[in-house]
Formats: sequence, C-alpha cells, structure tokens
Amino acid sequence: MSDDQSYDLSRFKATYFEECAELLATAEETIARLQDGTGSADDLNALFRCVHSIKGGGGAFAFDDLVHFAHVFETSMDALRSGRAELTPHVADILVRGNDTLGDFVRAAQDGVTLPADHGSEVKAHLAAIISGEPAAPKAAAPVSAPPAAAAGFTTWTIRLAPAPGMLRTGNDPLLMIRELSGLGEMKVAADLSRLPALAEMDALNAYLAWTFTLVTDKGRNSIEEVFEFVAGDSADVTIEQIGKTVEAEDGDGWGLFAPLPPAPETAPAPPAAAPVAAAQPHPAAAKGGGDAGAAGIHTSSIRVDLDRVDRLVNMVGELVITQAMLGQQASGFSIESHPELVQGLQELSHHTRELQESVMAIRAQPVKALFSRAPRLVRDLSAKLGKQAKLVMSGETTEVDKTVIEQLSDPLTHLIRNSLDHGIEMPEERIANGKPAEGTIHLAAEHRSGRVIIQVSDDGKGIDRKRVLEKAVEKGLVERGAQLTDEQIDQMIFAPGFSTAAQVSDVSGRGVGMDVVRRNIQDVGGRVVVQSTPGQGSRFILSLPLTLAVMDGMLVAVGNQRYVLPLTNIVESLRPTPQQARTLVNVGDVLTLRGDYIRLIRLYDLFGIRNAITETTRGLVVVVETEGGDRIGLLVDELLGQQQVVIKSLDSNYRPVEGISAATILGDGRVALILDVGALRIMGERLNRAQGEAAIGAQAAE
Amino acid sequence: MSDSTIRQFISFTIGDEEYGVDIMAIREIKGWTETTALPNAPAHMRGVINLRGTIVPILDLRARFGRGVTDASARHVIMVVAVGSRVAGILVDAVADILAVAAESIQPVPALEHAESGFLTGLVTVEGRMVALLDLTHIFAFDEMDAATEAAA
Repeated sequence: MSDDQSYDLSRFKATYFEECAELLATAEETIARLQDGTGSADDLNALFRCVHSIKGGGGAFAFDDLVHFAHVFETSMDALRSGRAELTPHVADILVRGNDTLGDFVRAAQDGVTLPADHGSEVKAHLAAIISGEPAAPKAAAPVSAPPAAAAGFTTWTIRLAPAPGMLRTGNDPLLMIRELSGLGEMKVAADLSRLPALAEMDALNAYLAWTFTLVTDKGRNSIEEVFEFVAGDSADVTIEQIGKTVEAEDGDGWGLFAPLPPAPETAPAPPAAAPVAAAQPHPAAAKGGGDAGAAGIHTSSIRVDLDRVDRLVNMVGELVITQAMLGQQASGFSIESHPELVQGLQELSHHTRELQESVMAIRAQPVKALFSRAPRLVRDLSAKLGKQAKLVMSGETTEVDKTVIEQLSDPLTHLIRNSLDHGIEMPEERIANGKPAEGTIHLAAEHRSGRVIIQVSDDGKGIDRKRVLEKAVEKGLVERGAQLTDEQIDQMIFAPGFSTAAQVSDVSGRGVGMDVVRRNIQDVGGRVVVQSTPGQGSRFILSLPLTLAVMDGMLVAVGNQRYVLPLTNIVESLRPTPQQARTLVNVGDVLTLRGDYIRLIRLYDLFGIRNAITETTRGLVVVVETEGGDRIGLLVDELLGQQQVVIKSLDSNYRPVEGISAATILGDGRVALILDVGALRIMGERLNRAQGEAAIGAQAAE
Repeated sequence: MSDSTIRQFISFTIGDEEYGVDIMAIREIKGWTETTALPNAPAHMRGVINLRGTIVPILDLRARFGRGVTDASARHVIMVVAVGSRVAGILVDAVADILAVAAESIQPVPALEHAESGFLTGLVTVEGRMVALLDLTHIFAFDEMDAATEAAA
C-alpha cells in the first residue's frame, strides 16, 4: 500500500471513530430508555442500527474482534426485535455491558492495541444466551436472523411492470405506482433497461424502463392489482406472481437498509443503472409498521461541517454586527424625515443582522442531552459501588447550549454527580433512620433563564456539613481559627483548591481535585457555580452559563471617561437615588433601600480606581443588577449611554482574565469597551468593603 | 565565505536609548491610538485597543522599565508583535532603524546593569550606537507580571 493510500485510510478511520463515539453515546442513551421501561420498539431498532453501523465500518477497516463482537451483539438484539427473546431488566443490563464492551473494542481499535482474546467473552456468552434463549430459533448461530415480520400471513410476490411507450402521455406516472406499491410491504426493485434506446433516438415523452418488484406483504393480490388499476392492460404490461406460501429467510440484516438489491429473478442481469429508480423509491423501512420513527432518525438531513468553518462564520457575523452598529451610529444624526430610505434601510439591516446572528449561533447549539446521557450510567454504577440507593431524575434535556459549553461541561457535571452521590446521598439505613426514603434522588435539570443556561444538580441527601467544612478549612489553613463565616461563605469553601472533607480518599471522590476543577472549567466558558445547601435536606449546585459565546445585548454605561457594557440580562432597573434611599451602615458599607429591601451599593469608580467619576450617590445613577445566585446589588455609574448588541471578544486570548470583567467588545466608534461581570463585582465589592471597614476600625483603634 | 547567520531587528527609541526587536516577531507598526484602560492593572499596562476586531493589550515599555509612564501623543508608535500565540503592542517613542546583525556579534547582557536587564536577550553595537535586544516572552509574561505587581503592593 502506498503512503497516499494509508493517509487516506487514516482520514476515513478518524471519521469512523468520530461516528462510533456518537453512535455509542446514542446507544447508551437508548439502552437507558429501554432499561427504565420507557423504551419502545423504535428504541430497539435504533440500538440495532447503532451497533450495525459500528460493525459495518469496523468491517471495512478489518477490525475483526470488533466486528465479531458487534455481530453477536447485533444478533441478540435482533432476537429481541423479533420478539424471540424478551426484554427483561436482566437483558437490559446485559445490553449495557454489551455496549461497554463494544466501546472497549472501538477504543482498542482506535489506539491500535489488541485486547486479550477473551475480552468480553463473558458478555458475549450472555448475549448468546439471549439469542439461544428462544426455543423457536435453535440455529441462532446462523448469521443474523429472519426479517422481523416472518409471521404468518406474509407472502412474497414478484410483480413486473412494463409500461407501454405512451403511458406517460396518458398522465400515469410509474413513480407514483412504485411508491404506492412499496407502501404495501417490504419491497425490492430491479429496473430493466433493455428497452432503453440510444440517446439520440430517445423520446423524452416515451417510457422505456420496466421494473421487477419483489414485495413481501400481508396484503392480498387485490391490493396489488389496485395499484395498477389504471394502467394494467392498456398502458402497461403488468404481471403479478406469487412465490411460495411462506417467506424464506432473507439474507442481509432484514432491514433492507444495507442490503444490496437482489438480482431480479426474471429480468436479465439488472444493470447498475437501476440505482436512480431505487433512490427515487421511498424507503422500504419507512413503510414498515413501527419502523417509521426509527427510520426517520437515520434520514435526518444533516451534514457534518468542520467546526473551524462554523467559527469563521460566527466571527464574520460578529464583525457584521459591529459594522452595523457603526453605521447606525454614523446615521444617528439623520432624521427619518430627511433620509427616510436610509433610516429604514438601517433598521432592516439591524433586523437581518440579528436574525443572521441567531441562525449562525443555532448551528453551534446542541441539546444538553448529549451531556446528560452519561449520567444514568454514572449514577447506577457509582451507587452500586458505594452501596447506596439512588435514582436519577432528568429534565430539560432538549435545552440547547453552545457546543464549546457542552464540551467544557462534561467533566464538571461528572464531578458534581459523583460528589452528590458520595458526599450527599446517605447510606440507605441512615436515610430510613432520618425518615427519608431509602432511595435518594439526584435531579439533573437544564433550562434557559434570562439569556443564560442554568444547569442544576441537586440531591436530597444530608447537605453540606458546615462544621466539618469549617474544621477542614482551618486545618488546611484556608481560614483562620475563630473566624466568623456566614453559611454561604462556608459553602463556597468546598470550591477551594485541594479541599476535601472525605475522611478517606476513595476512588470515587475525596482527592480534593474535584470542586475547584469544576469551578475553573465553568469559569473558563464564562459561567459561574453557586451552591445552596440545607442540612438534612440536600444540596443544589447551580451552574449558570452563557447561551452563546459570541453576541449579547448590553447596556452601555459611563463611569468617568470610561465606558462599560452591562449584560442586559443582569439588569433589573435603574434609578437616581434620593438622599433617603442611600445610606451608609456601619460594618456593612453603602446600602440602598428599595421598596423596603436593602441592597448593597457598589461604587464602580471606587472598585476600578476611575477618576473624574460622579462620587455622590444622589447625583449618579444606580443600576440594580441581579447575579446568577439571585443576589441584587446596585452599581453606581455616571449615566446610561444606551442599549446595544455587542460582540463578545476574548480579553485573555491576548492578555489574561481581569477581575470584574468577563470579556471585551468593540463599540460602533471602533473603541474597545469592557463587559462587566456582575457576579465578580459583587465579590470584589464585599472584599473592598471589608478592607475599608478594617481600615476604619484600625484608624479608630489608633485614635 | 562565512556561514554565520544574519538576524534582522527593528530598532526603536525610548528617550535616548535604542532597543531592538526581532523583525520576525513584528506584525505591524502603527501610530498611537487611545486605549481602553483595564481596571486595577499595573501602570505599564496601558489598556487594550481594537486591532481589526482583535483585542490587543498595549504595554508601555518605558513604564515597564520603571521610568515613568509615557505621555503618549500622536507621534508615539505602537509596535504590534506576536509572542507565542498572543498578539500585543508595545508603546515606544519612535521607530529608528532596521538592523542586520551577524548572530555572533550579539553580546551577552552584563548582569544587573539596568533594571530592565532581565528583559534583554543581548546587546549589539551598530555604527557606534548600543542597541539592547528585547526578550519579548519575558516582557509579555502577563501572569508573572501580575504576581510581581501584587508582591510589590
């Protein structure tokens, strides 16, 4: 083999392994459904297709072990599909393990290593037991079994349709007949091109082709004759013949999807040119009862696009949004009376840009389902390992998030689920003693909320043991002994690097690398983690993530000679406080009373060291913002400059993260403006307050 | 025939002193434009500018060398350089020359002569002028820079 060829092959292999990963994930998801009893026949079909596709590709690359295992797996599923074996929980478990083992084989093939010869032999034996568990199919070892519908009442027909040359002129379309015929059952088509004249002699209005159909159906001769009712005799030659009484086992996989067209029994060797007709014919599988939805899954019209190309598109749209903002700014001096077309055109441009941008972002969006699908396994395996009982409830799996976010979320989510099981959910005895059901619940939920994606992992376990966390924190030197911390502050401790309260390091968790990694990963994609915990009732981890990583609606605010962008989704209201509303409390700092609530006031100029800003609360503007944790703070700014759609530009790709700033953007005048990170501002504000408070106390003590 | 490699540098001035940057690192040279300040950044971090859609940080080399902040005007120059995967700008007084220097004529930096000695990779003498060659990687080590600033505070 030349180098060129091997290079090509490796590219195909890469694609194959990529597909395998997707297929294995889909399979796992499907098995989970089968396992909890919500699965249907479609799921079995889908599972079968996954395994079959992996097997097919594997065969092309001569991964013999993989193919051999996949074959057994597939055959066992076929037994289930055809009803020869029953889908019991035990069988579902075997399917899970079968999928795992298949994954092992795929990985081994990918890494180019050879697994021990007996790898998966146990699972294989179980799978074989499923196949042979059916007395009616003693010869299960034979390559894949009969078509699923090999029940009584099915007949095979051979139908030949030879249209008269003028048939098309009478308004009869053979394609419609073929389509109708295929609706009667499973059908294979062979075209007869023998009547086809040379191109020069061809009359476009004449019908030259003839077809031979092999149809397996439970309908009678009448139904078939009905199809050709208008053409039989006059416009076309139709012969309908029945072959035998019962269906013989077909070769292939009984699906028709992957099987080659069988040679037509009557026609002379069917030339490959039959393909166009076969393609035009609706898929046999689509007509098969129960297979409809499953077949649709395979036919989803999607394409695989290199992520780089999408990103280039996203970037270009980003530039377009900036240009559009710039044009808008330039034209802001024109009134609609003086330049009606210009103003209107710009408005339209703005609509189109927004729509374009949304469509482009939708390309990158994926449902979190891909992420959640691993959770059921994790919970099952882990609870078994820990001797705990836990069930997983999921909601909002269809919520869509940017692909990058999904990728970054995989590890944190795993960590959080592990954490909930290991530290949260108690042992069954303990739960019963506390009046809880023996089985704990872990809830995984995703939803869109005010322009962000909120993913929550909650459990009904024992909650965070704040006393132990504090002890541990003191022990590790994270806080000073005797320090007074709020519950919230203690809860946040668990995200400190190297922190773990697990008395023993297990292979599940307890090495203390988890939670800080969780927080870092989430922060990397512009998100935040908040933990809420109630002792004895459980904990809830709330991950708040940006919906898209590229564009958002912002409010431009001025502080001194600086301009900042506040994410519109954070803003609750803005107001100019009266002297009665703005207060300074001892040990707390500046607060604002708002309809009976006290909210902390953060002076942005103070926090960022900006000169020439309005320092008097009653002369500036206070923008009330809400952080993802639900806390409200007031930000003192000079004025609001207006609402604007901004393109998010990374600050750390050329520099480094800046505290209080989530990213940068480019304004209509070409200048850079920084986007404020409200959650971080709140933390910075508290720190500044504390520092100032301590300084004040120090000054008092000195007096 | 000598097989010594010739290296090219672009030299620029800060006050009376001349510095050189490897020509391969330079992406473009542009006039000073107003930056957007970054909150709580060290004095030598002048902020960021928009360079055709990319956010580029601008470093005041004079301030970085501890000689006060440059009073930037339209006559000042930003040299946009690539350091690793990053793009950053350095604010200097003026661009001086393009130098072609034989690799072996680059002298090592005498230790502890200047505050900036750690930022230099070598010295060359061109037509009687001394040109200090910059170690861009060190100059643009933002994370270290941060640590140093905090330690000083």
